[in-house]
Amino acid sequence: MDILQTLDAIWLARMPILHGLGNTILISLLSILMGTILGVVVGLLLTYGIGLVRLIVRLYSDFLRGTPVFVLILACFYILSVVGIQLSAFQAGVFALTLFCSSHVGEIVRGSLQAIPTGQTEAAKSIGLTFFGTFFSVLLPQALRMILPTWVNTATEIVKASTLLSIIGVVELLLSVQQVISRTYLSLELYFFAGFVFFLVNFTIEKVGRFVERKVALPT
Amino acid sequence: MTAPVLEIRNLHKRFGQVEVLKGIDLTMQMGDVVSLIGSSGSGKTTLLRCVNLLEDYEEGMVAVAGEQIGYTERNGRRVRLREREIARQRAMTGMAFQHFNLFPHMSAIRNVMLGLVKTRKMAKDEAYATAESWLERVGMADRKDHYPGQLSGGQQQRVAIARAIAMNPQLMLFDEVTSALDPELVSEVLAVIKGLVADGMTMLLVTHEMQFAHDVSNKVVFMQDGRIGEEGPPDQLFYNPKSERLAAFLKSSKF
Repeated sequence: MDILQTLDAIWLARMPILHGLGNTILISLLSILMGTILGVVVGLLLTYGIGLVRLIVRLYSDFLRGTPVFVLILACFYILSVVGIQLSAFQAGVFALTLFCSSHVGEIVRGSLQAIPTGQTEAAKSIGLTFFGTFFSVLLPQALRMILPTWVNTATEIVKASTLLSIIGVVELLLSVQQVISRTYLSLELYFFAGFVFFLVNFTIEKVGRFVERKVALPT
Repeated sequence: MTAPVLEIRNLHKRFGQVEVLKGIDLTMQMGDVVSLIGSSGSGKTTLLRCVNLLEDYEEGMVAVAGEQIGYTERNGRRVRLREREIARQRAMTGMAFQHFNLFPHMSAIRNVMLGLVKTRKMAKDEAYATAESWLERVGMADRKDHYPGQLSGGQQQRVAIARAIAMNPQLMLFDEVTSALDPELVSEVLAVIKGLVADGMTMLLVTHEMQFAHDVSNKVVFMQDGRIGEEGPPDQLFYNPKSERLAAFLKSSKF
């Protein structure tokens, strides 16, 4: 393994690689953001929805979590165009990851809301709070603290899953590195490099997550 | 004549097929202190929880200050009130729970302030001052910035009582407030309640502290299988029980 040669190859291809990294970050950010918003709705419907609504959302969540992300990405890219919805590879990929993220966030939200003792709701009711007052002042602040570690974990999963978008031709970090490999044949070195960059991205997310966790931790 | 603070008539409550309250009648005037005693499963906690509609009831009525709680008659049919109405009615009573149920993400004073700000629509600084004075009252002013996790059980319960009475309820409900406490912490909570009795607060208590029930109540109700087994002034119930069930219960409670 020639380190200088590898660094040289990376330096020469820095612009496409940075572009790929930018895409990876953009895909992840968009998917996590939209997936979280949708996921909170899913979680609320799983917790407070009644009858048919709850059943549909339950099926949605189970189906998405039971399907490989890979299949989901292919489905969003190929099937949607068949039914007349034209999405670019980038859009289809972000859409797939958003769905995937929303099902996981939905379960996290449901789990944490249900983990809050019923006494909390009763105490809130006993001082005259309405459903919304109870939710926003009592349940949500507790649920958010519980959600945080698992949510950070889901975010890192999305970053990793974003590499799968390379299969439908989205030039994210992995594909941009693969393109360098196809020119230089430095496969081992450059795959290691790509892995290291992904690690750095997720390590940063984890660290920020820990920091926020400590910030909002309740004194005991 | 003003309406009684609490009026319960022919109250029935079922959990599925099981009828846990089989027709309860109880009236409380202002300043009354009524203790509900009885073995577990006799329905005393359920009765208490029907008063602020933490439990729905199927038949009969509960009225606080002349206003029926939770339901109304419309075209001859019994309809549940809207959530907003029920929330307003719940604020007419205050409740202290066996497990305190303080909000763990709020300091003691913010726990007390929440209902004042959200339900009573008080300005923040006014709510702060009110909350502070009530914490003072239960001897917790010096811990006002502590979080529930930093307080002992007895201290948490005192804050929880302050949270309830700060709302200025017409009736206080105490649900086995000392049952989850270590023995040495029971007295500090009972002392707070005794102080409130001396102030003339109307209260309905479920308790296993027989001596305490005897000392503070002007009426004691012995619950038995979802009915009122026996009721009367404390001296009569504790020293002159009519039924064998009550006598046996008092003996097992080591009164």
